[in-house]
Amino acid sequence: MSIDLSVWEIVIGLEVHTELATRTKLFCSAPNEFGGEPNTNIDPLTLGLPGSLPVLNEQAVELAIRVGLALNCKIDRSVFSRKNYFYPDQPTNYQISQFDLPINGEGWLELPSGKVIGIERAHLEEDTGKSTHVGGGGRIHDATYSLVDYNRAGVPLLEIVGRPDLRSGDEARAYVSELRAILVAVGASDGKMEEGSLRVDCNVSVRKHGDAELGTRCEIKNINSLRSLGRAVDYEAERQIDMILAGERIEQQTRHWNEDEGRTLKLRSKEQADDYRYFPEPDLVGLAPSQEWIDRVREALPLLPAARRHRLCERSGADTAQAALIVERGLDDLCLAALDCGADPSRTITHAEHNLSDPKALELDPEMFAKLTKMDADGDLSSTQTKTVLAELVQLGGDPGEIAEAHGFKAMDSGELDAVVDQLIAENPEQWQRFCEGDPKISGFFVGKVMKATQGQADGKVVASLLADRVPNAAKE
Amino acid sequence: MSSAIDIAASVQSGERSALEVLEEHLGAIAERESEVHAFNLVTTDHAIAAATAVDELLAKGGPLGPLAGVPVAIKDNLCTRGVATTCSSKILEGWVPPYDATVVTRLAAAGAIMVGKTNMDEFAMGSSTENSAFGPTRNPHDLSRVPGGSSGGSAAAVAAGFAPISLGSDTGGSIRQPAALCGVVGVKPTYGTVSRLGLIAFGSSLDQVGPFANSVAEAALVCEVIGGHDPGDSTSLPQAFPAVSEHLSDGVAGMRIGLITEMMGEGIAPDVAKRIRAAAEWLAAAGAEVEEVSVPAVTFGLSAYYLVAPAEASSNLSRYDGVRYGLRVDAPTTGEMMELTRTAGFGDEVKRRIMLGTYALSAGYYDAFYGTALKVRTLIRRDFDAAYERFDALLSPTSPTTAFSFGDKTADPMSMYLNDVCTIATNLAGHPAMSVPYGLGADGMPVGAQVLAPALGEVAMFRVAAALEGSLS
Repeated sequence: MSIDLSVWEIVIGLEVHTELATRTKLFCSAPNEFGGEPNTNIDPLTLGLPGSLPVLNEQAVELAIRVGLALNCKIDRSVFSRKNYFYPDQPTNYQISQFDLPINGEGWLELPSGKVIGIERAHLEEDTGKSTHVGGGGRIHDATYSLVDYNRAGVPLLEIVGRPDLRSGDEARAYVSELRAILVAVGASDGKMEEGSLRVDCNVSVRKHGDAELGTRCEIKNINSLRSLGRAVDYEAERQIDMILAGERIEQQTRHWNEDEGRTLKLRSKEQADDYRYFPEPDLVGLAPSQEWIDRVREALPLLPAARRHRLCERSGADTAQAALIVERGLDDLCLAALDCGADPSRTITHAEHNLSDPKALELDPEMFAKLTKMDADGDLSSTQTKTVLAELVQLGGDPGEIAEAHGFKAMDSGELDAVVDQLIAENPEQWQRFCEGDPKISGFFVGKVMKATQGQADGKVVASLLADRVPNAAKE
Repeated sequence: MSSAIDIAASVQSGERSALEVLEEHLGAIAERESEVHAFNLVTTDHAIAAATAVDELLAKGGPLGPLAGVPVAIKDNLCTRGVATTCSSKILEGWVPPYDATVVTRLAAAGAIMVGKTNMDEFAMGSSTENSAFGPTRNPHDLSRVPGGSSGGSAAAVAAGFAPISLGSDTGGSIRQPAALCGVVGVKPTYGTVSRLGLIAFGSSLDQVGPFANSVAEAALVCEVIGGHDPGDSTSLPQAFPAVSEHLSDGVAGMRIGLITEMMGEGIAPDVAKRIRAAAEWLAAAGAEVEEVSVPAVTFGLSAYYLVAPAEASSNLSRYDGVRYGLRVDAPTTGEMMELTRTAGFGDEVKRRIMLGTYALSAGYYDAFYGTALKVRTLIRRDFDAAYERFDALLSPTSPTTAFSFGDKTADPMSMYLNDVCTIATNLAGHPAMSVPYGLGADGMPVGAQVLAPALGEVAMFRVAAALEGSLS
């Protein structure tokens, strides 16, 4: 990327739509399920049949409150409004959404880096159906015919509108990743971007450092993965900077991310605001969750990712990057339980970071894991042996002591190893000469010989260090 | 023709079968329907099956409901499972609902027999039933005159003896005004007391279902059957419908009744005003304290209504686009298909109101139009509240004139809108009101007296209406 970040500042604000994991739709009892035969999860309201009326789903409200509390939002009296626009996948040609009075107001989210990102609001609304335009350019105006599937119509969505506080593609990814972790933690969503349960619209603008005003922004749609998000931000920022450098004006646009071509393409101009003729939905009454309800939801909230990271750092001395990775893998509870069993903190974190990527690691017995970290720390096992035992512990369970014994593992005492190393140097003077001259290829020769002589019980790192100790000082210069 | 209450009693006692009652009414329909045109559809087969079921239930000794065997006509904006429901619009032609409106379910559970779907102004927009896509309904008292609207078919069906009771809907007077013009009783209950589930929406915050009947007692019974909480309507109130039937003979002695000044002056035909003054005098003679009272904000009612109702309608009617059901006019693109379908499917008055409402909600105009109308609504409620601190019920004409002739007001929409000047404020306030026949005007056509009450004040309202009805017999 050729952006000079000492001059330019990228400003990003994200609107994230998440489907709420309710049993039924937002305003009716049709099931909220992904992947059914087209037009099977429907009922009169889903199709906007005359005479049908919406009734608010209490579970959706509770999930919205959970997310609101997790994002430190002010939960308030809210009102549903109608957003009017004609499109065939919108069965009534209006969407029931929240406009001036959202359920969740002002809040914030803390990234693993410690940076705090503002949340403007997180409001409830219904999803649309899905259109497929056949023939022509695959767009509605030139299609031969169009098909509509209303299974998704009326599925509850929470639209989480973030403040333009993000400054890079990486930061945007970290934000979505953190938000997804929170949504999954509170049980609001499965967080699957590829199934559309999490959809990200990304507003990007650029300005020079020190500028008070924000630049004109473009909204990017069709971002289907975290990877695309980072790429789309970088592409779009570069496009805008190139335009400014060429003396062109940035037009406010909605742009489409094309994954294959790796670029954004103009969908439409947003210079003229759409007129959705919002007005309060007369078929619903105002929503005012009681303080008791909110308190009950708050008490039942699980520990959130940021709190888990802080806890892990405090208890184990892990750094922020390690804590972020371990919490993301869901291994922090295991680590803490192992520490309670007397595990070695540093080895615990190192193993969780590097050697426990297998999902089966979540089922590790903390006591046995703790025992292994102690054996490791005490030098009872070489690092290769530790890894072997840990892998077996993850796959089959058991006691690390017994596993080590079954393999015939025991750490060699250093005198024994010294003797082996000395003997090998004596037997291979030519190779030793090359080693002393610094030939990198020969190091493996000696380590291999030691391993063979000790049946793998020597620690490779220790062997390397013993070899290094024996190089005459003159050769080192 | 006997009353609904007498019919139910005779069917319950086995004196008459539901089928006999039905045949009698189908006979009346066969005799006069061609000239009255109260119905979009007479549901003969459906009715015979329902009546047979009531008779079989009686034969088995099963308990019969309070409307056992009573024929009922249903306005064609109430959904009826398996029976076409059109709102008198071409855009819904051929659409058959897969469900019954809650009120239809409740009537059927009470043993009532639906005999047909009644004609109306398209999507309930109008005051004469001349806006029906399927031709107007005629006033049974004088076939050269309109029955009022929008529930003109339901009013005419009761007036003509096609059914002792019927259901209509009232957004700005659509039950009360045709009741007055056809000389029958019509009730607009408190907003939220009768379910709107299955009522095809016009102005959702104003719409309310209610009955027509030949007597106050029959109307009271129907309200009690169809009213009460429905979890399927979020705006439905939690309580049962006020128990009005047991208070019909309470009289008005000691009641405080206000005659609304703003509805007795300019714009009200002298012969109509005269009948209402006579009603006030009679109530005073019967022991009520009757006084004139000013409810100033009602004069803004018409303006506010013609912003709120069209605004909601413009959104409610946007679903009729040819994509999922009803009329579709094919075109090369989806957008053109929607345009052509709506152009062909909606009548002029519906189009006029969709345009009014779309404009009122548009960015830059919302505050001036829709926003102001909402404030006027609050004012109207406040002025009514002030009046109800002093009075138990209010009195006014239902309609400024008796039934007018076909074509009299179609050229000038404003003159038609003014017909609802006495009824509209009630809907904006969400209050109940009913029309009860109170004699005839100079032209020999019925005059309706409107009794208004505060929210959930149905008991007071029915007491006054029953007293007025009693004064005439």
